[in-house]
Parts: sequence; structure tokens; C-alpha cells
Amino acid sequence: MSGFETPVARARGLGSAKRGYRHWWAQRVTAVALVPLVLWLGFGLALHGAADFETARAWVSGPVTAVLWIVALVVAFYHAALGLQVVIEDYVGGDGMKVAAILLAQAFCVLLAVGGIVAVLRIALGG
Amino acid sequence: MQTKNNRPLSPHLTIYRPQITSVLSISHRISGVLLALAAVLLVWWLSALAVGPDYFATVQVALGSGLGRIVLFFMTLAVFYHLCNGIRHLVWDTVHGFELEAIRRGGQIVVAAAVALTVVVWLIAYLGRG
Repeated sequence: MSGFETPVARARGLGSAKRGYRHWWAQRVTAVALVPLVLWLGFGLALHGAADFETARAWVSGPVTAVLWIVALVVAFYHAALGLQVVIEDYVGGDGMKVAAILLAQAFCVLLAVGGIVAVLRIALGG
Repeated sequence: MQTKNNRPLSPHLTIYRPQITSVLSISHRISGVLLALAAVLLVWWLSALAVGPDYFATVQVALGSGLGRIVLFFMTLAVFYHLCNGIRHLVWDTVHGFELEAIRRGGQIVVAAAVALTVVVWLIAYLGRG
């Protein structure tokens, strides 16, 4: 079966970096995307973050705003999961503890991202 | 597995005088981790906005309290520091700006930009409320 693979297909992912390149690249792609997103969100929250219920809801439920909120949540928590993983890999010793900590950090990011997205959808769709 | 032995260790972080390079480097990590944790507040605010006016009012009072404002202020600073220093990292990824002078200068620009953006955002927040 493996006879159909080219040598490079068999070697790919077996180096010391393992899947490190993809991780590194994803961290950069999300970082670039977050530059405009975070600026938009920062200034948006400065303008609308302290508003009353109706005003804040009107802002978040705007057609463009709702989409940008969801995109920002996805990209930010993806970036956070990647970054937390790097920090954990550097400071947490022992393979078991390391894997457990990374999975915990990823679960934290997924839960917050989904929680935020559901909230935006409820606001935007009037649920 | 024997891990403890008497072999000499090279001097660790505490032996070195803090420099702008090392301080800004660890600040990038610390701000990143803090922001991931503080994102709980952001999702809390959003969820309250989805739940209803009464709960939203409670959350606004908590976030608008003295402690709430202090936390949000430092989170703003962390956001903009991480953002500006992140751009510095992206520049480094293109193999530019590694000369000692450029590294020092870049660090100063990043700190100044982060402080300026934080001040502007908080001015907007306060002026916007009248």
C-alpha cells in the first residue's frame, strides 16, 4: 500500500518539527488577520461597549458588525489556542502534563469561541 | 529515570540585568496569556447582551465599577501592546530589523504606540458617553 506513496509523502511530518510548520504559519496568518479585526473591535467597544442594552444590541446585530464579530471570535481564539500551546510547550514539563495542559487550553478556547458565536447569533437573529 | 544530579547549571534569567529586549519579549507572552484569560469577560459581556436587559445591566455595573475599569484599562494596554509587538514579530519574520539599534528603536516605538492607542481608545470611550 505504501508502495504507492512517493518518498516525500512518507517523510513529510516525520522531522523534528513534526507539524510545527503548519502551526507557525497559522499563527502568522491569524496574527495578520487580527491586526484590522482587533483595531475595529477595540474602537467599536470604546464607542459602544458601555452603552445601554438597546444601543449595544443594535450595534452587535448590524449585518456587517455581526459578521465581523464572529470572524474576530474565530480568528482570535484560534490564535489564542496556538499561542497558549507554544507557552505550554516551553514551560510545562513531562509529556503527560504537557498534552493535558494543551488540550485544556484548546477546550477553553473552543468553549469561549462557541459561546461568543452563539451569543452573537442570538443577538443578530433576535433569539 | 535519574534527573537530579550535581552537574553545574548555566546562570538563569535572574542573573541578568533586565533589558528592553528581554522585558518586551516576556511581556508579549504574558500579555498574550492574560488576553486569553480576559477573553472570558468579552464573552461574558456578549452573552449578557444575548440573555436580556436585566442581566446585561448587572454585567455593565460590574465592568463599569472601579475594579472593572482598572481591569479593562490594563486589558486595553495588553491588547495594543500585543498587537504592536506582534507586528514587530511579523517584521522580524521577514528577516528585517535585527540590528541592535533597530531592535531597541522598534521596542520603544511599540511601547509608545501601545500607550497612545490605549489613551485614544479610553478618551473615545469617555467622550462618547458625554
